[in-house]
Amino acid sequence: MLAQRATQQSLRRLAASNPSTASRMVFKNFAAPLAVGSSMHTRPVTTQKMTPADSYEILVAQRKLRPVSPHLTIYQPQMPWIASGLNRITGSVLSGGFYVFGAAYLVSPLFGWHLDSASMAAAFGSLPMALKVATKFVVALPFTFHTMNGLRHLTWDLGKSFANKTVIKTGWVVTGATIASSLYLALLA
Amino acid sequence: MAARLTTRAFTAVRPALRSPMGIRSMATVVHPKSPSQTSTVEEPAASPDAKIKTFHIYRWNPDEPSSKPRMQTYTLDLNKTGPMVLDALIRIKNEVDPTLTFRRSCREGICGSCAMNIDGVNTLACLCRIPNDTKQETKIYPLPHTYVVKDIVPDLTQFYKQYKSIKPYLQHSAPAPDGKEYLQSKEDRKKLDGLYECILCACCSTSCPSYWWNSEEYLGPAVLLQSYRWLADSRDEKKEERKAALDNSMSLYRCHTILNCSRTCPKGLNPGLAIAEIKKEMAF
Repeated sequence: MLAQRATQQSLRRLAASNPSTASRMVFKNFAAPLAVGSSMHTRPVTTQKMTPADSYEILVAQRKLRPVSPHLTIYQPQMPWIASGLNRITGSVLSGGFYVFGAAYLVSPLFGWHLDSASMAAAFGSLPMALKVATKFVVALPFTFHTMNGLRHLTWDLGKSFANKTVIKTGWVVTGATIASSLYLALLA
Repeated sequence: MAARLTTRAFTAVRPALRSPMGIRSMATVVHPKSPSQTSTVEEPAASPDAKIKTFHIYRWNPDEPSSKPRMQTYTLDLNKTGPMVLDALIRIKNEVDPTLTFRRSCREGICGSCAMNIDGVNTLACLCRIPNDTKQETKIYPLPHTYVVKDIVPDLTQFYKQYKSIKPYLQHSAPAPDGKEYLQSKEDRKKLDGLYECILCACCSTSCPSYWWNSEEYLGPAVLLQSYRWLADSRDEKKEERKAALDNSMSLYRCHTILNCSRTCPKGLNPGLAIAEIKKEMAF
C-alpha cells in the first residue's frame, strides 16, 4: 500500500518536473494502453539464455574467487573461546615443555649438560629471590590453569553446567583460582 | 502508533523522491581506488536534532573479483530508523545505497535469513537492537569464516549439505499402529524441547572456532543439535545407525566444548549441551 502510493507520487512528480520523459513513457505504450501498468516496471536489463550446465560452470568459477569472511580477528573476545584457547595453549606448553626437557635430559650426558636434580636445584637456588618467585609463578600458571579448566571440562562431559551464565561464572572462578594457586605455589619456600 | 509510524516512514522516504530519478538511481556511493580506503555515505538530509550513528559494513562485489573486500561506512539518523539492525540495513538499501546486499525475509527471528556478525557477535539482524550509544560505531560482517557470495551474504551450501547428511527426518519402518500418526508420551515429547526450535540460521556453527578450521568434515553445532533432535526422538528407529554415522574422529568429536555456540544462539538454545548429550550416549 505504502509502496504503491510512493510510486504513484513519484511518477506524478516526475511527470510534472520532466514532461518530455513522461510523454515518451506514455507514447511508448500508446498502441497497447492495457499494458501501461506493467510496462512502467520494465528495466533496461538484458538477460541471457543459459543451460543449467553453463550456469553451473559460472557458479563454479565464481566460487573459486569468493573470499573467506573474517573470523578470529573480528569475533568479540568472550569467556568461552578465550578460555578454551588458553586451555589449548597451556596444554601445548605443558606437554611441549615435558617433551623438550625429557629429550634434553636423555641426551645431556652426550653434550655434558648438567640437568640432574642436584645441579638444577643448586642453579635455581643461586638466583635472586624476585626472579625465583617470578619463574615459579610463570611455570605454575599454565599448570594450574590447565588443571582447573580441566575440572570445568570434566563437569561438561557429565552434561552439567552448560547454561551461559554458569559458563561465564565458572570461567571467572577458574581465572581467580588459577592466579591464587599460582601465587601460592610461587611463594612456597 | 501505527499512524505515527506511517508518517515517519513517509518523511523518511520523501527527500529521496523529491530529487529527479536520474540522479537517484545510482545513489551516492563512491568506490575508493584503494581497497583499504573507505568512504562515508552519509544520512540523506540530516535534521538538526539528528542522532547520527555510524555503521561500518563489509562489502565485496563478485563482479569485481580482483578487488579486495573492504569496509564501507554509512551514517544514519536513528530518529528516522527502526529499532533493529535489520531496519538500518533496509533503510540504507532503500534510501542511501541500493547496491548493499544482504538476505532478509521474516524480520521477526523465525526464518534465519539475516544471520550476520554484528559488533563481533553472530546474531539475527532482525532481533538485534541498534546500540543507542551513537559514539559507539557498529561493525557488520558476514558470518565468520564463510565464503562470501556478495557483501554480507555467505555461501551456506556446505552447511545445508551437512544438514542433509544427518537424515533430518523420522525413520520408521512399520506403518503407524492407528494408521494415522506415530504417538509418543508427553515425557518423550518434552525431550525435544530446546531442540526442535532451531531455525538453522548457522549463527552457532559459524561462531565455532573448531568449525572454522574443520568445516569440511566436522558437522558443527547446528547440525549436531539437529542430529540429537532425531537421536532423542522416541519414535525414531534408526538410533544405532545415526550413532554409527557420528562414530569417527571428525563428525562429532571435533567439538572441544568451546561453547561459543550456546553463547551466540539468537533463539536461546544450547547446542553445546545437545552435543554433550550425544557424546554421553555414544560413551555409555
